[in-house]
Amino acid sequence: MSSIQQYIDLYESCSSAVDAGSTAVMNLPRRDALERLRGAKLPSRGDENYEISDLEDVFAPDYGLNINRISAANVDIDEPFRCDVPNMSTSLFYFFNDTYYDDNIVRPALSAGVIVKSLREAGETHREILEKYYAKIAPMDDAQVALNTLLAQDGLFVYVPAGVVVERPIQVVNLLRAESPLMVNRRMLIIIEAGAQARLLVCDHTQSPGVKFLNSQVLEVYVGENSVFDYYDLEESSIDTSRVSSMWLRQAAGSNVLVNGMTLTNGFTRNNYRIDINGEHAETRLLGMAIADGRQHVDNHTHISHNAGYCHSDELFKYVLEDEARGSFTGKILVAQGAQKTQAYQSNRNICAESARMHTKPQLEIYTDDVKCSHGATVGQLDPDALFYMQARGISCQEARTLLMQAFMSDIIDGIRLEALKDRLRHLVEKRFAGTLAQCRNCLGTSCHGKMKSIEKRKN
Amino acid sequence: MELTDKNIKNKTILDEAANGDYKYGFVTDIDTHVIPKGLNEDVIRYISQVKGEPEWLLDFRLKAYRHWLTLEVPHWAHLNIPEIDFQDISYYAAPKKKEGPKSMDEVDPELRKTFDKLGISLEEQMRLSGIAVDAVMDSVSVKTTYKERLAELGVIFCSISEAVRDYPDLVKKYLGSVVPYTDNFYAALNSAVFSDGSFVYIPKGVRCPMELSTYFRINAADTGQFERTLIVADDDSYVSYLEGCTAPMRDNNQLHAAIVEIIVEERASVKYSTVQNWYPGDKNGKGGIYNFVTKRGLCRGDFSKLSWTQVETGSAITWKYPSCVLAGDNSVGEFYSVALTNNYQQADTGTKMIHLGKNTRSTIVSKGISAGYSQNSYRGLVRVAPKAINSRNYTQCDSLLLSSTSGAHTFPYIDIKNDSSVVEHEATTSKINEEQIFYCNQRGISTEDAIGLIVNGYAKEVVAKLPMEFAVEAQKLLQVSLEGSIG
Repeated sequence: MSSIQQYIDLYESCSSAVDAGSTAVMNLPRRDALERLRGAKLPSRGDENYEISDLEDVFAPDYGLNINRISAANVDIDEPFRCDVPNMSTSLFYFFNDTYYDDNIVRPALSAGVIVKSLREAGETHREILEKYYAKIAPMDDAQVALNTLLAQDGLFVYVPAGVVVERPIQVVNLLRAESPLMVNRRMLIIIEAGAQARLLVCDHTQSPGVKFLNSQVLEVYVGENSVFDYYDLEESSIDTSRVSSMWLRQAAGSNVLVNGMTLTNGFTRNNYRIDINGEHAETRLLGMAIADGRQHVDNHTHISHNAGYCHSDELFKYVLEDEARGSFTGKILVAQGAQKTQAYQSNRNICAESARMHTKPQLEIYTDDVKCSHGATVGQLDPDALFYMQARGISCQEARTLLMQAFMSDIIDGIRLEALKDRLRHLVEKRFAGTLAQCRNCLGTSCHGKMKSIEKRKN
Repeated sequence: MELTDKNIKNKTILDEAANGDYKYGFVTDIDTHVIPKGLNEDVIRYISQVKGEPEWLLDFRLKAYRHWLTLEVPHWAHLNIPEIDFQDISYYAAPKKKEGPKSMDEVDPELRKTFDKLGISLEEQMRLSGIAVDAVMDSVSVKTTYKERLAELGVIFCSISEAVRDYPDLVKKYLGSVVPYTDNFYAALNSAVFSDGSFVYIPKGVRCPMELSTYFRINAADTGQFERTLIVADDDSYVSYLEGCTAPMRDNNQLHAAIVEIIVEERASVKYSTVQNWYPGDKNGKGGIYNFVTKRGLCRGDFSKLSWTQVETGSAITWKYPSCVLAGDNSVGEFYSVALTNNYQQADTGTKMIHLGKNTRSTIVSKGISAGYSQNSYRGLVRVAPKAINSRNYTQCDSLLLSSTSGAHTFPYIDIKNDSSVVEHEATTSKINEEQIFYCNQRGISTEDAIGLIVNGYAKEVVAKLPMEFAVEAQKLLQVSLEGSIG
């Protein structure tokens, strides 16, 4: 029996509670989702593009759900500050599990007309926008999307009106905290209207070590004509956290999109990126990085569809895998018929050490002739000559390895279009390779300097 | 359009090209023995009986058939395959023979004419090029030439039916050892109904002095061809094997589901070259051969080597992945391929390199060319097992697009399970370079010829790997297959 059944049973037994904890627009597609889920199966190993990830397994355990929307108690407001990016002032928003958290948070006003709030609330205040965009591009025939649509009660809503440039990056901190195993269904709806510009930084953290979490999220992103949108997703969760995230992004003509997904610490991660380029002269840059050791599992799947001509897409994913870590990259570039003068590049580079395993499948599907497309994939090790060279000059083997791996990841970090975040990530990656990321958290959490600065910022 | 001399000339060339592109489309009028359509255990028993096969082979066939019944037609390839009615195919067709020919003179003159048309005159080849030819027409091997010479060295080169009769131990030992009947749908089908094919055994330390060659031809209508090739290269031996395929023009689709199994022992080396030119269907995609082939070689011994070279220009649908299982330490696998599709042809082809032994190396060079409304896919797998330390793979697959209505796709699967192996994959897709065409035009070379030149240059890396006789044919084929595709 498919592991979906338990969720169907759950929904059927408390559908009114689910609806009550949400908003009308989000309740509307639940019926359809339920019908789609009957008899459906989550993708499992052996299915195309799921060579190493078994979602049936991931969704099978019995997790608790916060259907009655019991608000988060004992929220440690200081904890989030470890996500603080020095020298960068952001508009901060918090989610505790899948609940939008807005108590006692003072933040500077957003630019005129810009809306960042909980989806549940937006369902009341901006119903017409939600009706137009909610659950429209993430297709229900994807079982994970349907399951998320069935159960998600809240999420993030970002709306940037036409022509507005949001100077200050928007930062969303997702915190997972619970006493017992918890499933989190999160939804994000992001609408960037024509000519607008915005940057969004999303950080995932798990605060309860040893507790199992399942984080299932679906993002729908609309990027309007000639607009610019940067999306950074940084995952620092725990080995007991499973995350399944699907992003569905639609780009209009002349738009410029940067998506950067970074996995530093995690348990099981499956990220789907589906980008449809529907207008001419649009640009897309999709970057990804994964550093995994122990029994970490990182699986990224990308699908960029060039549906219009004269567009440019560039995709680069880099992995460093050690110990028993498992990595997978399955990517596809599809150039539709008539999408002439397309330039699409895809690359996946991996360093695989010890008994780590890497699975990669970079695909091209091209239905027109006037294109320049390439893809490449490599799996290899650190250059022994370079290691030797550095050791001959008095650098310890461990340090030399760290330096080389950092250099390997620099392409991804250099792609970030926020100077302060770039510095911060360099630091985090360095700590991650040195194996001191956990300590770094504590030191940031308790250092007076970090805290004071954050509090100052909060008051500003 | 004004009918100037030049236009008229161009028009005739184009007409010629458009109509005369498949030059192997003729039907040989030979008395053929065809059994009624349909497939069941009786048909298999009948095939086995006609061929005078031993009990164990019939068992093998029946087991395969029963397994086949449990399988479903695979749909994972990037191909649009019309539903095939497996009961609407005749599973056995053989040229009627009174007695086996004792010498060349006794070979049916019609048959010999066929081979002359194909450009593989048996006598010519015996005398001049020294190639030993095993010609398989429809389902039965007609004549294996040059046998005496090979027999002196202990090389066995005969049809698989003869091998079953004369060398049952060898066949029993190796048949199905690389491609078991449980492998896939078409392998199971082939194992159940295979009618003939070639068997090659190269004894220890023997370097086969000539190229061995098979020519396959489907002649009778509504028949499927299910040949089976088994090549065994014992320790320290070497053989180069060539395979050519053609079929006459027919409106309906014909099925070809073959199996090639190769076993390479210690320090042995096998080179397998294919020029596949089955009938690709007409310009509207009508007719043509469905070419669903399972080819796999097992490099069992240390320091063994297997090299696949293929030039694929024919068939309406090609589904073919010549693979190497690199089990022996330091073994080497190679795959060089040119796949050209035109009109409504579809190809999903590539290779699998399975690295199991230490220090194993593999190279993949694949060149796809798509024209007309065709779809051309490369699908490959490189798998490095945990014990295959220090293994190395290099893959390059390029696609060239000649029309805006054609498609070129790449599906590489890379699966690495150890930390000392290096795997590289590169692929590019681009349009034919207009500047190069312009350059040729300026020097008085027509666009059609220019494209032929550019395509041949593009495919040179692979064609150069073919034995000389095949290389010339392959170059011509590439040019011929592209004629009339400029648009």
